Amino acid sequence: MDHFPGTWGRPRNDVYGAYDPSYLQSTGPKTHTSSPAVTGTSVVGVVFNGGVVIATDNLASLTPSFLLPLRTASYGSLARFTDTKRLRVFGDQAVVGFGGDVSDMQYIDRLLESIDIRENYSSHGNTLNAKNLHTYLAKVFYKRRSEFNPLWNHVLVAGFDSAGKPFLSSADLLGTTFSAPHLATGFGAHLAVPILRRLFPEERPVEEISQEEAVEALKQCMKVLFYRDARSTDKYSIAVITKDKIDLKEDEQLEKQSWAFAEKIKGYGRQTV
Amino acid sequence: MFRNNYDNDAVTFSPQGRIFQVEYAQEAVKQGSVVVGLVNKTHAVLVGLKRNAEELSSYQKKLIEIDSHMAIAIAGLASDARVLSNFMKQQSLGSKMTYGRPIPVERVVNQIADRAQTNTQHYGKRPYGVGLLVAGVDDAGPHLFEFQPSGMIQEMVACAIGARSQMARTYLERNLDQFADCSRDQLINHGLRALKETLSQDKELTVDNTSVGVVGLAPEGSKARIESFKLYEGQETLPLLEALERSESSGTMEEESMEVDS
Repeated sequence: MDHFPGTWGRPRNDVYGAYDPSYLQSTGPKTHTSSPAVTGTSVVGVVFNGGVVIATDNLASLTPSFLLPLRTASYGSLARFTDTKRLRVFGDQAVVGFGGDVSDMQYIDRLLESIDIRENYSSHGNTLNAKNLHTYLAKVFYKRRSEFNPLWNHVLVAGFDSAGKPFLSSADLLGTTFSAPHLATGFGAHLAVPILRRLFPEERPVEEISQEEAVEALKQCMKVLFYRDARSTDKYSIAVITKDKIDLKEDEQLEKQSWAFAEKIKGYGRQTV
Repeated sequence: MFRNNYDNDAVTFSPQGRIFQVEYAQEAVKQGSVVVGLVNKTHAVLVGLKRNAEELSSYQKKLIEIDSHMAIAIAGLASDARVLSNFMKQQSLGSKMTYGRPIPVERVVNQIADRAQTNTQHYGKRPYGVGLLVAGVDDAGPHLFEFQPSGMIQEMVACAIGARSQMARTYLERNLDQFADCSRDQLINHGLRALKETLSQDKELTVDNTSVGVVGLAPEGSKARIESFKLYEGQETLPLLEALERSESSGTMEEESMEVDS
């Protein structure tokens, strides 16, 4: 029995060497709010003629708190929750896709819930559209980052603006906003955006892009993300927002996977070049 | 001597179930100069009769713009109205800031109603001595609300509050069915006519004592969704008053001017 509670729960000194107390913060400001714990990865969205389509996978990865100080590429990728739904429908014209911290997503979900209730109490015909929602979320993020207590998310808001035009815009944990006809957060910003730029180049007007084409493009993006993003899974949610309805599917499965390309990848794992 | 024991504060009911301080506040509204409001399917109009305290002074403002989509007309204590209008401006700005959306008219009217009601239920407070007509447009179209010091609010098609406003209300009730489908200019005309009804024998509407405010939906096919609030004062009211005169002499709008024969 180790009679020194101060050493409980720590790697044994006789096995691992003396414990480095610098990992245990005893002074200074609180820092546990400034890094995420359970996180979702990419959100991808595309505007098409008459609507927007948005997708996320259903995974939430865990970064165990004791690993936070040594966060490296391989730690913190525990695929902990495999049915985390990260698309949130707001009203009947908007969807928010969440990347980043899951508990912060749940907090924002409660904020949106209370706004939705307030909006529905009164005012026949006065509803918040996706653009209003995006403005609001960006302000919330900016307020929280200014308090040094950020909500660790990067969201895409999809829907329509007040003129009835399809709307897609992002807001991140700093309150930065960005808008484009196709957008992706997290790893998707590196892996999905190039695909979307190839399929929907700038000179191609949004009016030419059909719903089927946009959905197909997102499926392709989700597949590439699953191939190459260690923190993603093959189950995903996808929402198609059009004037008359939101078609949300939360239990989609990636189809026609082919890992043949993996054979040719050299330089990793047990394989020798 | 008889003395009312139940009007020392705004929180005590009289045995008859009345709150005298609130009723006195409503009396302040009745003493204020008259304002009229009315709506059709596209516009909301406010007209007001301005008073000057003395010959040498300026006229008291009757219409206050809250935001580009909303304005109020006041009857009663102007200083209380300033407090309420500043609050409404803040709320409106707050909505634009956080949601990028003009605040729905009903929302902000409910907020001032809650404030006014609080004043009737807390010891040491007094009710607002002002009544308001709130006109504005939102996603649900044009609206007109009446606000009373008691905290009561009502959505109205047409309404008049202030001194001798009963005459205006009678006019509005008589012509009610014409409002909904009439044009913007006709609606202003109806408003001015109702206002004119309230004038005493020796008074008339002039460019100095008349205020007109209009807000509405923009006509089909125009770029903007709404026609921003426009306040007509001074010389700007001249064409409106002339139109009023013309319509009265030709009797185009209704039978009223035919009575010369009888």
